[in-house]
Amino acid sequence: MTLAALKPGEEALILTVSGEGAIARRMADMGVVPGQHVRMLRVAPLGDPLELQVMGYHLSLRKTEALRVQVRPLEHHA
Amino acid sequence: MRWPEWLSALTRSATEPCHYLHEQPGSAPVPAPPRGPARSAVVALAGNPNSGKTSVFNGLTGSTQHVANFPGVTVERKEGHCRFGSWSWTVLDLPGTYSLSAYSIEEIVARDVLVEERPDLVVDVLDAANLQRNLYLATQLLELGLPMVLAANMLDVAWRRGQRLDLDELGRRLGLPVVAVAGHQDRGLERLKAALAAALEAGPAALKGAAQVDFGPLVEESLAEIGAALARLEGLPRRWLALRLLEGEARAREEVARWLPDSTGLLERIAVWQARIEHESGQRVELTLAVRRHEFIQGLIEACRPVGPDPARRHRSDVTDQLLLHRWLGLPIFLFFMYLIFQLTFSLGELPMGWMETGFSALAAWVDGHWPWPAPLLKSLVLDGILGGVGGVLIFLPNIVLLFLGLTLMEDTGYMARAAFLMDRLMQRIGLHGKSFIPLLTGFGCSIPGIMGTRVLENQRDRLLTMLVLPLMSCGARLPIYLLIIPAFFPAHLHARMLFLIYSIGVLLAVGMAKLLRISVLKGEESPFVMELPPYKLPTWKSLGTQVRLRAWLYLRKAGTLILGVSILLWAMASWPPARHDAARQTELAAARAAGDAARVQVLDNQRAEEDLRASLLGRVGQALEPVMAPLGFDWRISSSLLGAFAAKELFVAQLGVVYALGETAEGSESLRRELHSRYTPLVGFCIMLFALISTPCMSTFAVTAREAGGQRWAWFQLLGLTALAWVLTFLVFQVGSALGY
Repeated sequence: MTLAALKPGEEALILTVSGEGAIARRMADMGVVPGQHVRMLRVAPLGDPLELQVMGYHLSLRKTEALRVQVRPLEHHA
Repeated sequence: MRWPEWLSALTRSATEPCHYLHEQPGSAPVPAPPRGPARSAVVALAGNPNSGKTSVFNGLTGSTQHVANFPGVTVERKEGHCRFGSWSWTVLDLPGTYSLSAYSIEEIVARDVLVEERPDLVVDVLDAANLQRNLYLATQLLELGLPMVLAANMLDVAWRRGQRLDLDELGRRLGLPVVAVAGHQDRGLERLKAALAAALEAGPAALKGAAQVDFGPLVEESLAEIGAALARLEGLPRRWLALRLLEGEARAREEVARWLPDSTGLLERIAVWQARIEHESGQRVELTLAVRRHEFIQGLIEACRPVGPDPARRHRSDVTDQLLLHRWLGLPIFLFFMYLIFQLTFSLGELPMGWMETGFSALAAWVDGHWPWPAPLLKSLVLDGILGGVGGVLIFLPNIVLLFLGLTLMEDTGYMARAAFLMDRLMQRIGLHGKSFIPLLTGFGCSIPGIMGTRVLENQRDRLLTMLVLPLMSCGARLPIYLLIIPAFFPAHLHARMLFLIYSIGVLLAVGMAKLLRISVLKGEESPFVMELPPYKLPTWKSLGTQVRLRAWLYLRKAGTLILGVSILLWAMASWPPARHDAARQTELAAARAAGDAARVQVLDNQRAEEDLRASLLGRVGQALEPVMAPLGFDWRISSSLLGAFAAKELFVAQLGVVYALGETAEGSESLRRELHSRYTPLVGFCIMLFALISTPCMSTFAVTAREAGGQRWAWFQLLGLTALAWVLTFLVFQVGSALGY
């Protein structure tokens, strides 16, 4: 599934990130790379962008960017 | 000045990291500043946005800052001086970046300074509460081969979140000095300075033990080969350049092609390596390298953090966000904040503006009364040209100071990123960034602070786009024009609708123009909305004061000189050459004055004024423009007044008053309305409003755009583009309207 499909509160492992150019590069620089954990925090009131937690900080991405990121949802820690 | 103690206490915790700041009793003393002959060095300050880099910079340089733009771009180049014993440092504040890739203009600027100017030392300011992301830039900086010191900032926040960091271990593993600072409290700076001095003494030798990211056998093999081929480039960071080339960075390729005449073979070899690496990893090279960097950092942090963060622990910032970014409450709260800022800016600003106006008229009256020489032209120059011009510049200052107080408050607390988050969906539709919303909204008050407010945008293209369409947000100074024209031509029940129509036309045009510019002049990949939402924090008075003072000063210095020049020019055009006056009227005027017939004096004075204007350059230009403006329904009087409106939009009304020989007029002037109504049709009235809305932003807008866009080119583009647009649209409206019989 893609990052955009995560529901608020869900956590996932990033599998692949596709695309190139400035946006893909910026995402990689900001920690959206395969192997990192990501948590969906919320969706903006108007439906876009998204707020995520990566590497312990809060990152905002548009849905179009989140669609490039394939993730595997993780089970919630007890 | 600090926040009240009870407020600071809220943000502090009992477990402050005093240990690293070496402030508890018994810690090692700060090393003494070196003595000896005076030495100087250039120190560059690098770091992520929101890492507290600015507060460290302010702490080091105090009030010695100097702000300029990097040539050709809107990125600020902040420089300051710092003395430490015999050292005298020029401290250069690089733009805040997350990496050194050459994608955003900030990254390019930071990169160019580091590679081309080669500062003697780099200080990387780290947000200790966000170490993993912050160290990413550090790994890239390390590859530059410059002596480096890490300044770990915001340890208190990290501590509060349960992130205990072993800074000594971090320093050991990276092979670099790491110093703890609390920039916003000016703590730890002496120790930082001592570390800078020590690193400078050691020079490049200090980097011998510095860590490097291991990119894996295949990449390292390729780097060795590329690095060897670059061996001829003396004094350049080879590993860094090899990495950039391997990532396929266009800028690095250009540079190598420039420096190495026979680079074709090398570039071909690089392509082979890239294919091999991509084949092995199954992903693009740059992604592979980024993954390696993040893995390296993760290993580093695990080794330096004996106690990890408690994932279940909710930060205060998150709780705040649950309210401020709430699905239903988020937008109303945002709009309320906006309302507050505008209220503060434009209502509170009116008070000092009123004082200034009174002050300037009093000054003008005093000069008028005490004028010692007979020369009336010189007197007019001083009164109308210089005093008028200086007054015109200063009058915006309260607005600018108050608005920037509001904007800095939003920026420093971290709410600005939330505003962009909330509004991005709306702005995205017109090819803009969420952060463009606030400057555009400000434009309804006044274009000047709006354009200056585009600084909150990180991307150069977004900034330009916002700036260029911003004058279409109908500013407060255009309101008097509408208030004069609408009642003159339209029945009362249409007044509000006409006003709304004019404002809406402006907004729709801004949207259309933004889209048009996006696909033409400012074409290119959409700027990434990959934005950090930094934790909320209390701003400091010091930072607020510094930011606002800098903005105010920039405005006064740059805009001031140009506005003064243009206002003197406009004055000269309006008063020269003088008209030949009818001798008979001169005697009548003298007689009326002697008889104390004020009404008659007024009429005769106004007649003189109209003759003066008709004979003046401004009037002649207006008459010369008649063939161009006639298809819009404008005669020379309207054209001359519109020219005068370039000085300030609200001057249009005053100019019309002069042109129609009615003397001083205000927008409520009934006699001027009757005059207009008798001469023109409502269609012409509408066309005047339309033209005034779209055409030539005022000269202050021109000056500020030239400054903020990094060159007069864009200001001319804006001025000519908008005026052409105004002409075409007004032409269409007038011609179609006339054909339909209006």
